[in-house]
Amino acid sequence: MFHALVAVKQVPDTTNIRIDSETGNLVREGVPAIMNPYDAHALAEAVRWKQQLGGKVTVLSMGPNSFISTLREAVELGADRGVLLTDRKFAGADTLATSYVLAETIKAIHEQDPIHLIFFGKQAIDGDTAQVGPGVAVRLGLPIVTYAVKIREVNLEEGRAVIERKTERWTEVVETSLPVLLTCEKEIAEIPFAPLPDLIRSLRYDPEMWTMEGPCNFELDQVGVKGSPTIVYKMGTPPLPQPGEQINTRESGIEEAVKFAFDKANKAGIVKLILGGAR
Amino acid sequence: MTIRRFWVFIEQEEGKVHPVSWELLGVARMLASQVAEEAAATGDDVVVEGVLLGENVEHIAQEALYYGADRVYLFDDPVLAYYRNCPYYQTLSAVSKKYGPEVFLIGATTLGRDLAGAVATSLHTGLTADCTALEMGEVKGSQKRLLLATRPAFGGNIMATILCRNERPQMSSVRPRVFPMPERNPDAKGEIVREEVEATEESAMACVLEFIHSKGESVNIEYADVIVSGGRGLGTPEGLKLLQELADELGGVVGASRPLIDSGWISYAHQVGQSGRTVRPKLYIAAGISGALQHKVGMQNSDFIIAINSDPNAPIFDVADVGIVGDLYQVIPEMLKQIRALKEATA
Repeated sequence: MFHALVAVKQVPDTTNIRIDSETGNLVREGVPAIMNPYDAHALAEAVRWKQQLGGKVTVLSMGPNSFISTLREAVELGADRGVLLTDRKFAGADTLATSYVLAETIKAIHEQDPIHLIFFGKQAIDGDTAQVGPGVAVRLGLPIVTYAVKIREVNLEEGRAVIERKTERWTEVVETSLPVLLTCEKEIAEIPFAPLPDLIRSLRYDPEMWTMEGPCNFELDQVGVKGSPTIVYKMGTPPLPQPGEQINTRESGIEEAVKFAFDKANKAGIVKLILGGAR
Repeated sequence: MTIRRFWVFIEQEEGKVHPVSWELLGVARMLASQVAEEAAATGDDVVVEGVLLGENVEHIAQEALYYGADRVYLFDDPVLAYYRNCPYYQTLSAVSKKYGPEVFLIGATTLGRDLAGAVATSLHTGLTADCTALEMGEVKGSQKRLLLATRPAFGGNIMATILCRNERPQMSSVRPRVFPMPERNPDAKGEIVREEVEATEESAMACVLEFIHSKGESVNIEYADVIVSGGRGLGTPEGLKLLQELADELGGVVGASRPLIDSGWISYAHQVGQSGRTVRPKLYIAAGISGALQHKVGMQNSDFIIAINSDPNAPIFDVADVGIVGDLYQVIPEMLKQIRALKEATA
């Protein structure tokens, strides 16, 4: 039976993050927590294949109890089972330690119920590293298709899939063996409206809580801060640049303002460039 | 005495090098020079080395020497003809174990990002993505200087400096155009070392059936000399036509801030900023862009920036060389007029 696993992360909606202009600190209050948008699209694609092939979709996340809401949202979107990895010892993990915990958990779920497709978003919008997906694939010894934009074919009998991925230069049509791990662009699938039964189910759904105590046996020195080779050495606000000169068209008029700007550009050696456009 | 190796992954596809590889050789040279004094005191050697994978790519290895590599490890084999995650990461991981580099830099391109996370995991070491500043700095408790890798976090709202104390190599990915291109020196001498390729077709686990080159638009915004960018202040997708007209007149390309991509007015390939591309054109014109941090981190290294915005307090003016407070629908037509007049006068 077809089984897809989707790894999801809860993230602050970074479009709403503000800096306190007096203290220079990040203002977290009132910033909504959302399911990482790329993960939501990956989940939609997993659910679409479940609808075509039958079977089920498991969602997996790592984080504090507040992440339960994101797993409920996943159930609302069509996931059947949710697993939340939650333990204080997991906290402070960098991408290496995160990939360890996720990979061990995926192994355990795979043993209970063999997985064919593993979905990740292409990156999380809070960290933007895009490192965890490839890390998990390496730990599981599986092929990986990053920047996936379309799954053309999933053939469970022959154990292969054909997937399109978009790079800077072209689109590649990749044939891989199953299971395969994908990291998805938003265009992989549209997020559908939740059907009413899923919506109702999600309200009362409680995900399985997996911890250091089990069911997986994690090595203590591989998780959380201990399992993370990188540390944050310091944090700061970006350096303030030197602002240039300003001219207001209401005072100078449009023509003068443009002349002023081009004159400055000219002095900076840009005029040749402006003329060079005459090709 | 030991050899302290500063490594760069030389990225190529179809025999064409990605210029970020040369930018990173420049960075590696800078980092190497920062430990020169310390190394001299302990009698250690410091070298900058490139690692190159592909098929029939020796000419690129030679180029790498001109851009500052002391040595290039070359893996030349049909199995590496085009990029695939498994054979590439296995090869890099093996050569890294063989020579033990101290620092390993990879371009944060789609290829490099696919690769870097896999290499770091397989080497069980730390990797910092999308660094905007790199330095070999003194850190309490460490005898040797460590790589201080600074990157934007939370959409560019804060800068975090990351270090990797114990595991080696210290890995970082760096976006194209964050660092300048070093000088090419055709007299530079160095060594090309051919290495044995162990990856096999069977271990690749994937094959590409087809490469589809997009027919219509292909923008190379990262290496454009002129970029005319628009933001929410355009008000309507029609406004992009005006930007395109100006870009065409200047021989440039059109860029955009995130809201325009989110509204579907223009494709992701045009996005400038932390979640899009980093650019450093000679001329950047920002029209109707308020200047969110996430946008500014992607364009503030441009040589000359002209910002047009009706709000005199828009943060974009903080990074602009010249700010024009006014209506872009009046300013840009005037720009077109003056540029055309200038061209006619010099023709």
